[in-house]
Amino acid sequence: MTFDEIKSILKTKTVGIAGCGGLGSNSAIALARVGIGSLVIADFDVIVESNLNRQYYFHDQIGMLKVFALKQNLKLVNPEVRVHAFDIRLCISDIVEIFHKCDVIVEAFDKAEMKHMIIDAVHTHMPEKHLVVGIGMAGWGDNELIHCRRSDKLIICGDELNEIAEQNPPLAPRVGVVANMQANAVLEILLGKNPYK
Amino acid sequence: MMKIQLNNREELFEEEKLTVSEILALKNFSFKMLVIKLNGKLIKKTDYDTTMVSGGDEMMVLHLISGG
Repeated sequence: MTFDEIKSILKTKTVGIAGCGGLGSNSAIALARVGIGSLVIADFDVIVESNLNRQYYFHDQIGMLKVFALKQNLKLVNPEVRVHAFDIRLCISDIVEIFHKCDVIVEAFDKAEMKHMIIDAVHTHMPEKHLVVGIGMAGWGDNELIHCRRSDKLIICGDELNEIAEQNPPLAPRVGVVANMQANAVLEILLGKNPYK
Repeated sequence: MMKIQLNNREELFEEEKLTVSEILALKNFSFKMLVIKLNGKLIKKTDYDTTMVSGGDEMMVLHLISGG
């Protein structure tokens, strides 16, 4: 497929991004670059300086709500992408309401409990929907541990090993790898497997 | 004896059938924050004791950790 053909498919698609931290901001930017039609982004948080070591925000955006700053940045990358921004702390009913029209959902939460909640919500209320989850991306190095696996419509990206801790902080390179791996999995769902080898 | 796919790896058990809980105990999955899928279907925590796993089944055990 040429890039024009790819864009003509992607512009009809909508992707939900649940959380706009390291995983969400970086995967959203990648999807905007390749010409996704619409993004539905949700987060409740405000940008602080410590976010800038990995999240797709700029120094002069400190203090802004992440969803609004991300909408700005997405529009700078690709003015054609439609962005629906929700300033909200998501619960199960919100997840269904906000994301039910999306073709794919990217899980980009920070807390394990929230990851659990969205996996449960999608399987229970939207079982037809693909969900791309990021698990394990703290620290640096260990490229060979980062992988992707799936069970039916649930896709897991990450090392499934490195939890964030004071001594194991999330950093731009590894978080970016997993975020872009999630965006890449989204493309495979939307475009089908790449036949060109 | 039964053979299942556990996290994409072949696993042999002496028993013919086991519950999800029994497999978690045998394989030492002791974490609290787990997601279990059996043949693509999500298994709720309250059903771990009653859901049977048998030969040929595909089981995914996902340990959720924070970070994102």
